[in-house]
Amino acid sequence: MQEHPAQECIVFKDASVERSGRIIWSHGNFSIPNGTVTAIVGTNGTGKTTMMNAELGLIPLKTGSATILGKPAGKANESIGYVPQSYTSDIDSNLTAEQSVLLGLTGTRFGLHITTETERRKAYEAMDFTGIADKAHMRLSQLSGGLRQRVAIAQALVADPKLLMLDEPLANLDLASQRATVHVLARLNHELGMTIQVVAHDLNMLLPILTGAVYLLDGHPHYAEMNTVLDADLLTHLYGTTVQVVTTPQGDMFVTPSADEPQDVTPDTHNAEDVAKFHHHPGQTEDTHSDSAMKRTEGGRAS
Amino acid sequence: MNSSVNFSFDPSWMETLHAPFMVNAALAGLCIAVAAGVMGYFTIARHSTFAAHALAHIGLPGATGAVLFGLPVSVGLGVFALGGALVIGALGKRATQREIATGTVLAFATGLGLFFARLSTSASQQMQSILFGSILTITSSQIIGFLIFDVLLILLVTIVYRPLLFSSLDEQVAQAKGINIAVMNVIFMAMMAGVITIAVPAVGTLLIFALVVTPAATANIIVASPFRAMILAGALCLVSIWGGLVLSAMFPTPPSFMIVSISTVLWAITKFVASRRS
Repeated sequence: MQEHPAQECIVFKDASVERSGRIIWSHGNFSIPNGTVTAIVGTNGTGKTTMMNAELGLIPLKTGSATILGKPAGKANESIGYVPQSYTSDIDSNLTAEQSVLLGLTGTRFGLHITTETERRKAYEAMDFTGIADKAHMRLSQLSGGLRQRVAIAQALVADPKLLMLDEPLANLDLASQRATVHVLARLNHELGMTIQVVAHDLNMLLPILTGAVYLLDGHPHYAEMNTVLDADLLTHLYGTTVQVVTTPQGDMFVTPSADEPQDVTPDTHNAEDVAKFHHHPGQTEDTHSDSAMKRTEGGRAS
Repeated sequence: MNSSVNFSFDPSWMETLHAPFMVNAALAGLCIAVAAGVMGYFTIARHSTFAAHALAHIGLPGATGAVLFGLPVSVGLGVFALGGALVIGALGKRATQREIATGTVLAFATGLGLFFARLSTSASQQMQSILFGSILTITSSQIIGFLIFDVLLILLVTIVYRPLLFSSLDEQVAQAKGINIAVMNVIFMAMMAGVITIAVPAVGTLLIFALVVTPAATANIIVASPFRAMILAGALCLVSIWGGLVLSAMFPTPPSFMIVSISTVLWAITKFVASRRS
């Protein structure tokens, strides 16, 4: 999957973005290697989606450069699968899942074009991968948010991207759908070696598959591998509220203490070195989390 | 069009159907059904039904203004609808923010249309047929115009079909994949202005929704494929127009009323059956 000679998938050099005369973030200097799963994290309004749009070349940089898959931002989009946030909520389309996925392959072509058997097979394979092949002939409007999310991922996959970008893929999904989506992302990364980047405001569900994160802090994007990000002090600074890293038999998760936090769990904070020692992500999927752990995390993050 | 509505049966209705004006109306109906079937699907897919409705109203002052200057109604209607279409298209597809602006312009345009109509007696006389249509007065030269429009529309849709569908499904993804969203918007709205210009003579600016949007909505309930939905929407539109013409000949009533009624009844029945099934 990684024919690209360079090891770096996303390279920012002194990048900054301005919208309506306001600097959203600046001094973006980082490079993200191929084959990674990274999250863009930060509080609301720090420019997470803006960063993804800049990487896609949809909005211009004010200064510096963004190089994606070895080309300037926007020039490599045919090798990028993009799943925007609107997908789960806004789409009320009459198209079937299959037709929607096929558009990912043929949607940019002008003129008469009859869908070929090869294209149908590719669409089927993409839907099979995300586990919605049996829903191929259902309309998007009949599908739940979680299934529509997987249609969207299949549409992004069908053109064989090297990089998959998802904006808040877990927002508005119930726990089971969140797990299913994370599971699909994990397989894409492990089995196909695809580089994945997600915008997320809640990392807990993604922790088992993340290799690193771009965190937008104080108006600057930083990239760090996961063992560095998972530091309670940094996360507290990042989210502007107390965040603790909790280690459970099921893995690490971080919570914001709140009134509805269960009493039977003793929050246990760690520094970066501690976390680095026992944090192990490769090969681990969300399945290692127990149901009770999930529920507890949700309750803890609800504040 | 000034006939009073009574539902007495006209025994000579077969002769009425063979009258030249009725043949013209039937041919016009065919041209309108082709255009409305294609555009109706995209109008719903792009969530632009309100914009379509508004465009017809924006065309009203153009239509009455044209009469004022002694120009053909469809010229004024077309110019105003196209102008409105380009403005709405250029503003982008953020429908939620546009509803208030569109509605306000719609109301103002209707008022302006009335003002122009009052400035001359001939415009005043034509006001009702512009608002409610007069399919029985369509001329042969108008039909040729409709036919040319249909050919151009089908050619254009054939070219932009997939990118237009893709951008209707998800603007952001389509844009990331290199489709020029602004161009798609303007093309769509310009096509819409054309369809309105040819459909208004049949049912008028007020009832156009039932001819462009309603058959497409009915078709969407029955079939899922865009292509099949367009064919079916066109067929339903044709059934409404031709059925309306026959019924209005049998029971002397304004054809527009019968056309809109059939379209609405077909939609209501389909909706009811679909809701019983699920």
